[in-house]
Amino acid sequence: MPPEGAATLGRRLRERDRSAAPQALNLIEDRTPAGRERTRELLAEVSPAALGGEAPGHLVGLTGPPGAGKSTLLSALVAEWRSRGRTVAVLAVDPSSKRSGGSLLGDRARIAHDPADDGVLIRSTAAGTRLGGLAAPTREAAAALAAAFDMVVVETVGVGQSETDVEELCDTVAVVVQPGSGDTLQFLKAGIMEVPDVLVVTKADLGEVALRARRDLASALRSLGRRDTPVVAVSSLPPTSGIDALADAIDAHRERIDLPARRLRSRRLSALADFTVEHGESALRALGGRRAAERLLAEQDPALGVPELTALLAARAGLR
Amino acid sequence: MRTYAGHSNARESNALYRKNLEKGQTGLSIAFDLPTQTGYDPDHELARGEVGKVGVSIAHKGDMHTLLDGIPLGEMNTSMTINATAAWLLALYMTVAEENGVDRKLLQGTTQNDIIKEFLSRGTYAFPPGPSMRLIADMIAFTVDEVPKWNPINICSYHLQEAGATPVQEIAYSLSTAQAVLDAARERVDEATFPRVFGRISFFVNAGIRFIEEHAKLRAMSALWREIGRERYGVTDERHLRFRYGVQVNSLGLTESQPENNVIRIVLEALAVTLGRDARARAIQLPAWNEALGLPRPWDQQWSLRIQQILAYETDLLEYPDIFEGSKVVEALVEELIEGARREMAVVEEHGGAVEAVGYMKTQLVESHRARVQRIERGELKVVGQNVFTSTEPSPLQQGDDGGILTVDPEVEREQVEAVRRWRSERDQAAVDAALARLAEAARDESRNIMGPTLEAARAGATTGEWAAVLREVFGEYRAPTGVADAAASPDDDSLEQLRERVDRVSEALGRRIKILVGKPGLDGHSNGAEQIAVRARDAGMDVVYEGIRLTPARIATTAVQEGVHVVGLSILSGSHRELIPAVLEALRGAGADVPVVVGGIIPAADAEQLREQGVARVYTPKDFEITRIMGDIVDLVAERHGVAAGAA
Repeated sequence: MPPEGAATLGRRLRERDRSAAPQALNLIEDRTPAGRERTRELLAEVSPAALGGEAPGHLVGLTGPPGAGKSTLLSALVAEWRSRGRTVAVLAVDPSSKRSGGSLLGDRARIAHDPADDGVLIRSTAAGTRLGGLAAPTREAAAALAAAFDMVVVETVGVGQSETDVEELCDTVAVVVQPGSGDTLQFLKAGIMEVPDVLVVTKADLGEVALRARRDLASALRSLGRRDTPVVAVSSLPPTSGIDALADAIDAHRERIDLPARRLRSRRLSALADFTVEHGESALRALGGRRAAERLLAEQDPALGVPELTALLAARAGLR
Repeated sequence: MRTYAGHSNARESNALYRKNLEKGQTGLSIAFDLPTQTGYDPDHELARGEVGKVGVSIAHKGDMHTLLDGIPLGEMNTSMTINATAAWLLALYMTVAEENGVDRKLLQGTTQNDIIKEFLSRGTYAFPPGPSMRLIADMIAFTVDEVPKWNPINICSYHLQEAGATPVQEIAYSLSTAQAVLDAARERVDEATFPRVFGRISFFVNAGIRFIEEHAKLRAMSALWREIGRERYGVTDERHLRFRYGVQVNSLGLTESQPENNVIRIVLEALAVTLGRDARARAIQLPAWNEALGLPRPWDQQWSLRIQQILAYETDLLEYPDIFEGSKVVEALVEELIEGARREMAVVEEHGGAVEAVGYMKTQLVESHRARVQRIERGELKVVGQNVFTSTEPSPLQQGDDGGILTVDPEVEREQVEAVRRWRSERDQAAVDAALARLAEAARDESRNIMGPTLEAARAGATTGEWAAVLREVFGEYRAPTGVADAAASPDDDSLEQLRERVDRVSEALGRRIKILVGKPGLDGHSNGAEQIAVRARDAGMDVVYEGIRLTPARIATTAVQEGVHVVGLSILSGSHRELIPAVLEALRGAGADVPVVVGGIIPAADAEQLREQGVARVYTPKDFEITRIMGDIVDLVAERHGVAAGAA
């Protein structure tokens, strides 16, 4: 089967044909110059201009330290969303082995799903060279999938750079905390970590420990003046609990935010990141520095997609 | 003396047992097929291709009646290799005895029932660790008074060695498992009974080719066991402190190349567990010379039985007291192993005991096995006929029409599927439903013992799949840790470095990193091979998708498509490749995945040819022990399919 035209794949996604997604992702991951060119064609078909507005999917970031129970939670969440009739795409980002460049992508195994159900797509990706952060293909993939799926989840490990990236990309960020581990609490208090949109305390079946973790987080949020940030306690193993409340909290957050503004900010920050990765810090200096570049982006048409914005920055820097 | 036996249906296996008893075998060792071991009926989707393959299919008490027909249960010592569904199979065995008028107090035998090693090595688990441990504790509490001659659990270090354990790891992880079981059982029996519970714990140990070290290992286990009994559990009665164990000698070291050499290996390994009286096995079963080729035939099993008989009746082995007593060399070796095991047990304890440490132990085993495989690849560990002295005359043992192995008639599966459906339609359904409802209630209530309602369900005519489905519903499904994600990177060497460069070049030409799906279709849980391939592929620089064991063809196809992999690698050791591989190929075609498929496993030459005709790109068998070379092959295959240069440089 010859690879389908990039524009056709984009169009199929726009028409919510989910079966186009795997091939679209193969293309988006292709880093050859020809592949990049075709990816731009594909993304143009799912840009806000082509869609006549923002992509309908809800971009949800799910992050937290290793061992917090993200995959098990995701497994239960996927089931919850499916029972609500929503389609779900999961981008599971795994850290790569630095030495060999290879990686073992094992998260998929922990997310229970029926292979016959075409309403669920799980794609594992290696984080690549940008340690802890989100590689450009992950951001592009999330944007493309949001045209065809109701829920698009970006699952990443750890706190730090990846969280900032997830926050820039997603409409709603949920941070998963394991009771008894004080790290997240400390990071929040010290301001090392941005306050997420939803905090999830896993292993609610631990009883008192989980309750205390939830109380401590809530009080930290109060002292930071963010008392309206929901803290949801869940138990992801049977008998599950709290999963419906979490799904509700994620929905409620999206209702609250100014979605077009958040997406616009996300596209502009993505363009800046892509531009810097591609052309380097010196090119950024040619634009007069990061702030000047941000101002420049802020003046552009809100309907422009990331590739167009990146190209515009390059042109202004005299690179094309 | 016995051989591990059972295949196809209950009728055939019954005939085999009767024949073996006539040949001088003194007990039964029942091998169950994988659906029975994992709690699925023959007509379940996951049972496809596996029914009657590695053992007998037992779906209900009717099958058990047929299996044991004419065998005097009151006099028989029966060992059952059954774990996740042990409570159920014991209930079926008890029900047959009961309906034949045999007092349960007379029943003698063993249910393997060591779930930790299923998580670590063998893969026939069904429920999560917590509920699994509860089932074991329930069985212990029940049998200690009700079936007092029964060994409810047989802790297996055997499978740990098969998964790559060093002698120290084998000792440490099995004894840690025993402690976890005893800790759980202690909560379910009264204090006065507990020493008897301790005394009923037995072990199933491996014996490898380094037979002096292996003998020392058994002496070390015996000493440590006594120490644990005294110090941790306060057991004082000498009878209860004795380390009781049976042995199956090593299969991991048996080769596909020049397989006749395996007989010599088996004899030497049997010596390890018989030479010194102070650490002599109570029961021995030996593998067949042709295990790495396929399923052994009755004649192959007879040959293994004869080895034991010659050792026992012709040699003077049994005429002397312990011949190593006072040996400085053996004593020092034993001491060294004890020290190492104590240290490793402390690490397991730090993780919170064997149940909590499953992930840790699994990773350690994957790493040990990786080290072993690499030593063989580099020729540091010599295996005669495989990596040294490889030229050979054609073997007359493999010249027969059957190629020297047993083939199971695929009709068996169809018959079993029909039989179980007939069984379900002819029984008193209301009684079964009521019994299963009571089983579910007991499962939800931790204070109750599962054996009572399990026996009721067995009597009522419930099936293996129904019993397990009720418990899966209550306890939840579970996937064990694969151990691969945390396995340390392979030490660098030139061949791996060259391979990485090739992977990088091909990946660059493809535009994205070579992505491989490593999959284990069917119910076979022997995941060593798949794990080693997954870890090496990662170390070679590929992106590896590995979902663990027990995958349906549909799941493999969906994963291949969704993940956008360049190649699919499948591993099967249960002999079900003839049914499962074509099913996966078909599922892949149906899903529109045009990717090359390579297969590894115990695959007879004739089958390999057929698989290639059906569209499999490459077939690897145990004689292909150089994993780095296999990886290179796979890189070439991907490059060729995508029309990019592999650049052997």
